Amino acid sequence: MFKILKYCFFDLMRSSWSYVYFGFYLLLGIMLLFLNNDLSKAVITLMNIIIVLVPLIGTIFGVMYYYNSKEFTELLLAQPLKRSSIFLGQYLGVAFSLSMSLILGLGIPFIVYGLFKSNAIWDFSLLLIVGVFLTFIFSALAFNIALSHENKIKGFGYAILLWLFLAIIYDGLFLMSLILFEDYPLDKVSLIGTMLNPIDLSRTLIILKLDISALLGYTGAVFKQFFGTSFGLIISFSALLIWVGLPVMRIIVKSKKKDF
Amino acid sequence: MVEIKNLHKTFGKNKVLNGVDLSINKGGIFAVLGPNGSGKTTIIKSILGMVIPDSGDITVLDTNIKQNSEYRKNIDYLPQIANFPSNLRVIELIRMIKDLRKQTDDDVRLIDVFKLQPFLNKKLGTLSGGTKQKVNILLAFMFDSPIIILDEPTTGLDPISLIRLKELIANEKKKGKTILITSHIMSFVEEVADEIVFILEGKIYFKGSIQELKNKTNQMDFEHAIANILTENHV
Repeated sequence: MFKILKYCFFDLMRSSWSYVYFGFYLLLGIMLLFLNNDLSKAVITLMNIIIVLVPLIGTIFGVMYYYNSKEFTELLLAQPLKRSSIFLGQYLGVAFSLSMSLILGLGIPFIVYGLFKSNAIWDFSLLLIVGVFLTFIFSALAFNIALSHENKIKGFGYAILLWLFLAIIYDGLFLMSLILFEDYPLDKVSLIGTMLNPIDLSRTLIILKLDISALLGYTGAVFKQFFGTSFGLIISFSALLIWVGLPVMRIIVKSKKKDF
Repeated sequence: MVEIKNLHKTFGKNKVLNGVDLSINKGGIFAVLGPNGSGKTTIIKSILGMVIPDSGDITVLDTNIKQNSEYRKNIDYLPQIANFPSNLRVIELIRMIKDLRKQTDDDVRLIDVFKLQPFLNKKLGTLSGGTKQKVNILLAFMFDSPIIILDEPTTGLDPISLIRLKELIANEKKKGKTILITSHIMSFVEEVADEIVFILEGKIYFKGSIQELKNKTNQMDFEHAIANILTENHV
């Protein structure tokens, strides 16, 4: 598996896409830090961008890479290699290279800015950790979609739809259901609802870390009570891990049964 | 060497293999023939484990291939369409496959046979169809495995490379290897094949030598014998 991971990683590192992605974050980091001068505001803006953009790039890139490397995959399938190592290797190659673009692209301007001397280092680290989690989650979901659909257009369509649902539609539905059932106690429901969507979960984690939960009113207090404790933190990171684990498991199962 | 028992495979509503039994116990060149869509490639891909059969068993060198990947080190495979990752250079691809499989020095000889030196540092995406096929052949022949599977090996080759390919195949046969070939070029098949495996509607219709096929169909030449099978079965 590591050999395949290595080849995919280097293959991607050579593609211009990785550089565009890296360059984008580099530019974003520089602009936010050096034109804004307020570190905590920069982190909030970054959060808003990362939370939406990282899943989108992870999804599109994952689907694209799978379809583009079809020939490579067929070449590998005829070699004495396990199917699970072929697909996990490819998946990890994509996820690692995307994470690297993210970490380096944002990390470099922050280090130049003097991050190590500031208090924002923990907020910033959490931001990167969440970004890496989202990359791994959404490229795994993308691989799942691509494995299930031979037709590229369909695969792309479903991938975009998935992103749209989790990034935007889910929130809308969630909000509407909260309004609809406002006569009932909803704190537990909304906690669970947040857990079920990795994007919401990431957003909540960062907002609470940034100490702006007062903006959320009563719900914020409930959330703070839960996510602020180490128990809540463990639960939410476990939820993120499950969000990575389940799709990865499905990649293994699905790839074993697929015809090429 | 290769043993197939009661193999069934359906793609969607399309029943492609309908109880294939095939046993190849000796060295030599076996040509797998049949009309388009008869299931030739599906059989080959099943042997390679790329297609998972609905039912039936396949044994390669006495190992059942189900949930197994190690047996593939005994098979060299030439895929039908030579598609490679396009931003890789030829030399990198060769190195990568060697790294994934095992080390060999045979590639140097084969690069020379097919005159591939000028292309080694070119990206695979920029190569012509014929050159790609040569790279494809090189990758298939460099490991010296006991079983060789060639899916349409002649596609896109110029006459000299075709002669080289035939020499290569003949050499491997001399070493006592089992070689499975599919091709639509009947003259090529007649020239190289020791035995014919004819597939019709997902079943083995005929297995035997070319002479036996001619006798069975009462035809003087091979091409007509094949045509005769097809017309008699209304294909």
